[in-house]
Order: sequence, then structure tokens, then C-alpha cells
Amino acid sequence: MNRAEKEAYLREYEVLKKKGKPFFPYAVAKDSAMALIVVLVIVLMSLILGTEQGPKADPTTTTFVPRPDWYFFFLFELLRIIKPYQLVPIATIGVPTICMVLLISLPFFDRGPERRPERRPVASSAGCLTIIAMAFLTYVGASAGPPTEIDLATKPELEAGKNVVLSSGCLGCHVIGDNGNHGPGPELTEIGVRRSAAAIERSLRVGPDLMPSYSNLDADQFDDLVAYVSSLRGEDEEATNGE
Amino acid sequence: MAEPETSSRFLKLLPGPLRRPGTPQNGTGNLIDSAKEAPADLLGWVDERTGGSSQMTAMLFRKVPKGTNWFYTLGSATLFAFIAQALTGVFLAMYYTPSATQAYESIVHLTQDVFLGEFVRGMHLWGASVMVILVFLHMARTFFFGAYKYPRELQWVIGVVLLILTMTMAFTGYLLRFDQRAFWATVVGTNINGTGPLVGPFLSDFLRGGAEFGPTTLPRFYAIHMLLVPGAIIAMIGAHLKLVMTLGTTAPPWLRADEASKARDLRTEKVTTSLNGGSSDAEEVNEV
Ligand code: HEC
Ligand code: HEM
Repeated sequence: MNRAEKEAYLREYEVLKKKGKPFFPYAVAKDSAMALIVVLVIVLMSLILGTEQGPKADPTTTTFVPRPDWYFFFLFELLRIIKPYQLVPIATIGVPTICMVLLISLPFFDRGPERRPERRPVASSAGCLTIIAMAFLTYVGASAGPPTEIDLATKPELEAGKNVVLSSGCLGCHVIGDNGNHGPGPELTEIGVRRSAAAIERSLRVGPDLMPSYSNLDADQFDDLVAYVSSLRGEDEEATNGE
Repeated sequence: MAEPETSSRFLKLLPGPLRRPGTPQNGTGNLIDSAKEAPADLLGWVDERTGGSSQMTAMLFRKVPKGTNWFYTLGSATLFAFIAQALTGVFLAMYYTPSATQAYESIVHLTQDVFLGEFVRGMHLWGASVMVILVFLHMARTFFFGAYKYPRELQWVIGVVLLILTMTMAFTGYLLRFDQRAFWATVVGTNINGTGPLVGPFLSDFLRGGAEFGPTTLPRFYAIHMLLVPGAIIAMIGAHLKLVMTLGTTAPPWLRADEASKARDLRTEKVTTSLNGGSSDAEEVNEV
């Protein structure tokens, strides 16, 4: 807005404000009605939906699926969608940072005098697209159930390790055969071909990048886990065809 | 300063010394008029004793532009959601033990044994969702109404800070429940922070209180969740509202001044000046 436009706006605003009604009681009445609705909704949700609490947090047991509260589903989904896992930091840090920078600087690059949404096609469609994208990601994130199956054939002596994998939420971030999520971690179907058991063990101990460390597992479980993961050589198993 | 001339029933309810000197004792105003003036009277009384600045009066009787509709209540609805969170949070804090060994048990105790414990905890839990939704709706309103444009750019910037702070509350609150899901999600969440450039590793070390999730992590999240961030939110809401007072809220973008005045002229021909008892005072206040 140039100077004339700014002055025109202020003048017009002054008139509209003079024609308005006093804050008390008119706006106060609406605000209070709305406050009542907000409190009612919260009370009803508390009464109807109650509270939830899973089993106690325990760094040494493994029955968990790393799942955030729903407000962060869209971020978590973004993590899964960005396929090459080297790009994961871009998804997790880059995208939100860029969005925040864009949001903060919005009034400094969108400075036109027009305020009607239908006459700001770029801004309005960007806004609508953002809402649709976030709603979609949240929906997908909400409906993605925790994967609890591995369909790959497993040798009996490796069953123990497979169960550790199943109960440790690995499939939340990795694909094994037809199961699990693509990303943020790399596919593990053929990890035994690509990596030595020692390297896999190191990954599980350290917890590279955003993967948690599993060094808290008890020694037997940890060994089972390493044995199972390093046994994964996709092409040996007939069940591996869905890529 | 507002000096309502008409008498008020409200005033007569006050003990003698509280009545403003010179206020007529027997008025003829009806109950509605009295009710309208009651805040002004009360504020006038306070003003007289606090240095006479009539800021409160100015706040209450400032005009909101023509056309202000229900979408404009979303900001104060967010504020109420925050207040509800603060109040229920105080009650939860009375029973919560921020230690890795006892946190879970203290919540179970609160939920199962304490009178209304589950209800208050439920209000805090669902209130968080309500507040997050309201913040986004309010932001969408100001975005689509172009309210972030001149002269309200700072208003918007403070708003974005409030958005980030609100999401921080949601993130730090999740761990306090200290069940498996929340614990591991937070492990992953802080690891994600750690992948950020430059400040990333420091940020996640700060959150965890070290390189690993340890016994100090939970007390840290607790302090951040109930002292640091709420303090920042209160300060920011204060600044946000101060700007609302100073700049006023926008009129809906579709409204033009000339059309508005036309519509107003039409209406004032029909409606008598019955409303003006209180608002003529306000008009003066407004000019100050
Ligand atoms: C929160 C998501 C997440 C979870 C849960 C997770 N991982 Fe990972 N994992 C990752 C990411 C991301 C990488 C890639 C890290 C890198 O390369 O910097 C990775 C890497 C790995 C690697 C190394 C891959 C390579 O190519 O060297 C192995 C092996 C591995 N994960 C196994 C597991 C196992 C087994 C589990 C379950 C016990 C598991 N992961 C759970 C995210 C996860
Ligand atoms: C804790 C969160 C917040 C609270 C309590 C809050 C409160 C309020 C209130 C009470 C108003 C008065 C007008 C109205 O209600 O519409 C307002 C206006 C405004 N808010 Fe917020 N707000 C919050 C977050 C945000 C966010 C996230 C943004 C955007 C990024 C934002 C941007 C604005 C703008 C631009 C206005 C001016 C609107 C106008 O003049 O029409 N606020 N806020």
C-alpha cells in the first residue's frame, strides 16, 4: 500500500468505526455466548469421551508405536510421504520452518490494499490449498493404523526377533516386505544384503537420525532383534513381490 | 472521563461512601438503562480512585466497526479456551508429580481416586484440542479477511508467535501423561528437533536435559509446559489484545464506508434515539 492508499484506508475505517456499535454490550454479548459454547463443548467432550491412558512409559519394554497426538499427524504424515530418507530432515525441519517464515512475513510481502478474499485469488487459493492439504494429511495420519503384521516367511528360530520388531514399532517408520510405512526410515526388506550384522547392530544401538535407540532392550531381545533384521534378504523369500 | 448524568439503580445498592459525590439518589431510569450504566458507574468509581485514567471505560465503550459478525468472536473464544486450560491445569498440578517414576501413578491416582479428577483431566485433555482448533480458525478468519494488512502487521506477527507457542504446549503436554505412546512419540519428536540445522541439536539437548532421555527430561517438560510457555503466551496475548484496543478490529472487507453510511442513515430515520443514553457518553470517550 502506498501512502495515499494507507490514508484512504484509515479514513474509511474511521467512518465504519463511527457507524459501529459500542463494544459493551454488543460485542461482549456475542463473545460471552461464544465463551459459553466453548466451555460447554469442552465439558461435554470430557464427560462423553473421558480420558485415556495407555500402559506406563518404560524405556526397556518395546510395545509401542511412536504416534503423536492428532495435532501433529500432518507432520508425521509428511515424514512418510517424503520417500528418500536422506530428505527426512527437510520434511521435518525444512517444511515447518519454511511455513513459519512464510506465515510471519506474510504481511510484509502481501501488501496490496485489497482485502476481499474473492479479489485476492492468489492468497485465497493458497489459503484454501493449505487447509485442504493439512486436513488431508491429518486424515491420512489418523487412519493409518499401527502395522502389526509381517507377511514375510520367517524361520522358526527367528520368530523371537520378529516379535521384537513387531512390538517395537519399527514398521511405523520402515517397510519390511509388504508391511509397514514407506518412510521416514529406509526399506528394510533387503537390509541383510546391504548391511553387515555389525552395522545393523550399531544402527540399533545408536538410533541414527530420528530413529530411537534400542540399546535399552534387554540383551536377549536385542540379540534376537539383530539376528532377525540381519536375516532379511528380500529376494530369498517368495512373499516379496509388492514393491 | 465518562460521567453518566442519569442516575442508576445499581449505585443505590452501594453503601453510602462508595457512591460518587453528587450522584442523584432517586432516578427515574428503568432497569435496563441502569444495567447498561452499571459498568460505567463502577468503572467511574475505580477511575476516581486510581488516578482517573479511563482506560477501562475506553475499552468497554470503544466502538467496534459496523458489520462485525460471529467470525470476530473466534479470537476471544481462543482466549477463553486458554483460560480454561490455565484453570484446569492448576488443579492437575495439585496432584501431578513430575518424576519419571511417579508421574504415571500420580495421574492414575488423579483419574481414579480424586473427586472429579477424571472430569477435570478430561477438560484439560479435550480443551487442548479445542484450543488448537480455535487458534487455527481464528487465524483463517484474519487471513481471509485480510486483517493482517496495514496497519495490523504486528498483530499478525504476534499471532504467529502465539500459534507456535500453542503448538509447543501441545507437544510438551503430551509427554506428561507418561504412557508408552506419549513417551515414544516424544522420543521421536525430540530426535526430529535434533535433525534441524544449527540450533537443532542444542534444542533437543535442552528439551531432554542431555543427549538422552533421562530422569531430568520429564521435570523439564513439566516446567516448560506449565511455567515457561504459559508465561510467554500470557505476555503475548497481552500484547495482542493491547493492539486490538489501539488499532481496533477490522470491518468486514466487503463493507464500504459510503454504503455503510447510507444504510445507517436509512435506519436512523426509523429507529428513535432510545439507545443513545449510554452511547453518547461513549462517543466522547472514544474521541479521547
Ligand atoms: C521413528 C522412526 C523409526 C523407527 C520407529 C525405527 N526406525 Fe530405523 N531408521 C529410521 C530412520 C529415519 C533411519 C535412517 C537414518 C539415517 O540413515 O540417518 C533408520 C535407519 C535404520 C537402519 C539402518 C538402515 C541402513 O540403511 O543402514 C536400520 C537397520 C533400522 N533403522 C532398523 C530399525 C529397526 C529394527 C527398528 C525397530 C526396532 C527401527 N529401525 C525403528 C527411523 C526409524
Ligand atoms: C492464543 C492465541 C490467540 C488469542 C487468544 C487471540 C486473541 C485475539 C482477539 C481477542 C482478537 C480480537 C478480534 C477477534 O477476535 O477477531 C484478535 C485479533 C487478531 N488476531 Fe488473534 N489471537 C490468537 C492467535 C492469533 C493467531 C495465531 C493469529 C494469526 C497468525 C492472530 C492474528 C490476529 C489478527 C491479524 C487480529 C486482528 C483482526 C482484526 O483486526 O480484524 N491471532 N486476536
